[in-house]
Amino acid sequence: MSAMLLNKEKWPEFVGKLTGKKIWAPQGEGQEMRFAPLDEGDAPALEYGNTRVPPKQALFPQTETLFRFQLGREDVEVPELEEEVVLLGVRPCDARSMAIVDNLFSWEEDDPYYFKRRELVTLVGLACSEPGLNCFCTSVGGGPASTEGLDLLMTDLGEHYLLEAVTEKGENLLKEAGDLLEEADDDKVKEKEQLIEESKGAIKRSLDTEGIPEGLPGLWEDPLWQRVSASCLGCGTCTYLCPTCHCFDIQDEVEGFAARSCRMWDSCMFGEYTLHTSGHNPRPTRRERTRNRINHKYSYFVDKFDVIACVGCGRCVNLCPVNIDIVEILKQVKEAL
Amino acid sequence: MKTNENPYIPYYATVEDTWFETGGERAIKTFKVVFDDEEVRKNWSHSPGQCAMIGVLGVGESMISISCSPTEGEFLRFSVMKMGKVTQALHQLEAGDKMTVRGPYGNSFPLDEWEGKHILTIGGGIGQAPMRPVVEYVKANYEKYGGLTMIYGARTSGDLCFKNEFEEMTRDDDLSCHLTIDIEEEQWDHNVGFVPQVLLDVNPSPENTIAVTCGPPIMIRFVLENLKKLGFEDDQIYTTLENRMKCGIGKCGRCNAGNMYVCKDGPVFNYATLKEIPEAFA
Repeated sequence: MSAMLLNKEKWPEFVGKLTGKKIWAPQGEGQEMRFAPLDEGDAPALEYGNTRVPPKQALFPQTETLFRFQLGREDVEVPELEEEVVLLGVRPCDARSMAIVDNLFSWEEDDPYYFKRRELVTLVGLACSEPGLNCFCTSVGGGPASTEGLDLLMTDLGEHYLLEAVTEKGENLLKEAGDLLEEADDDKVKEKEQLIEESKGAIKRSLDTEGIPEGLPGLWEDPLWQRVSASCLGCGTCTYLCPTCHCFDIQDEVEGFAARSCRMWDSCMFGEYTLHTSGHNPRPTRRERTRNRINHKYSYFVDKFDVIACVGCGRCVNLCPVNIDIVEILKQVKEAL
Repeated sequence: MKTNENPYIPYYATVEDTWFETGGERAIKTFKVVFDDEEVRKNWSHSPGQCAMIGVLGVGESMISISCSPTEGEFLRFSVMKMGKVTQALHQLEAGDKMTVRGPYGNSFPLDEWEGKHILTIGGGIGQAPMRPVVEYVKANYEKYGGLTMIYGARTSGDLCFKNEFEEMTRDDDLSCHLTIDIEEEQWDHNVGFVPQVLLDVNPSPENTIAVTCGPPIMIRFVLENLKKLGFEDDQIYTTLENRMKCGIGKCGRCNAGNMYVCKDGPVFNYATLKEIPEAFA
């Protein structure tokens, strides 16, 4: 399907057409934006940089019930997932992170919860025209208008949005919108291309990853790990807010006789994450944990799935309370290679 | 095999028999369990070296080595040391009680590849749990292998697991059985000394032999050193790793040693591979 145009005046009507589906959109203000379900009848304003919390929670909620049961009884009840969700205004880096994490959740066997949600979720992206201070998506295989992971890409052209379907789900959205849309002429498509080129040029941070995946494990005992982790507080912000971080804990919660087994986001930056019951910890200090975090994203994941598990969204850089900067760490890695 | 389509939902199994292997604060208790569902029972298959997530609903789950060989019958055995919340809850279970089981997880010892070779197992303490199914499997298929030697030790005779099987084992002509304890005790008529030293004393030939070891990290370190002294090549040596685990299916992230997930790529590793993983012995 060719590119379509939507006049912004018709945006609320376009959103209104998504009946029967729950809409999630960026909400909040300034730095505090996050994806949340939209009240019926609302049309979200899509003027924002990026959300503080990535939209990974739509596929992988921060806490999720695996099954419920009653103490002393044998039957378990698995929550039915059936609500269709449309995520409006997902940044290309965040959509790409989902395509990357798909690799892990489908490795050898599918994670049923993740993929059920993946089926139910439609991702409508919004190309970036003003990259953030610490964005570096173009250094790790992405870009301001990358469509990987998306069903539909929107680009803000001032008066209009340019809409390009990526998947069948995206095409269906365009069909549903019907006569709200008009076909985009070549000029509009060129306008978008130019805008994206300018956007790429506005990305200030960069990183040359060549040689890093192969070389990282060889720097195991390098003093750089001590250096880069010295100020780390072990707060886990970098991992909680990372769109590709997918590690979780499983716990049983009991209240009276009602109980559930649930999983929740966990962080490799926490000591308890790897702590054995014996008291032994294979990653006893933040040096080993930082080393693991960087190796996992830039080497181990590449070994298994042939893609770096970082999309360059810059959140871990923006929000680290002690200004640890993954781009700087990787520059030091590069120098040490 | 009938599997729950949802890998996070466990099967129920009933404890048929249970006994203490060792006493004290960190007692080891063995559970012989049978799946409640006949279809699961029939279709379940595991191989020596694999693990299962066992637990008590409402408390949690732990990854535990399956300490029996499939050749022993349609049941599972787990030997569990009382250490934390889950294992304490498991220790409360008596015959007739139920536990949950998910699995089997991980790779296994390549026993088919080892046919025709002499099998040497070297275990220490609770590390004998994954060795026991190897010993039982080779005993049951003895004609396919070139011999079987078992070295097993613990701090004291009271700390040895599977004691009720030793008498028969020491009489078994197929099996060269070497038991040891760290410090001399009255009425102990086997070896005295650390497992790595007993390995040197037994002096097994590396020729056409596979060595499998599991035990405390310090023991494994010296066993590896001594196997090398005896002339074993890296690829003749196997061991199993353990790490904290939650999912068992390579998703939750925490059990990695370098680029390997212990739950999927392990727990069995050839030493030639393991040497390349910087975190393997962390």
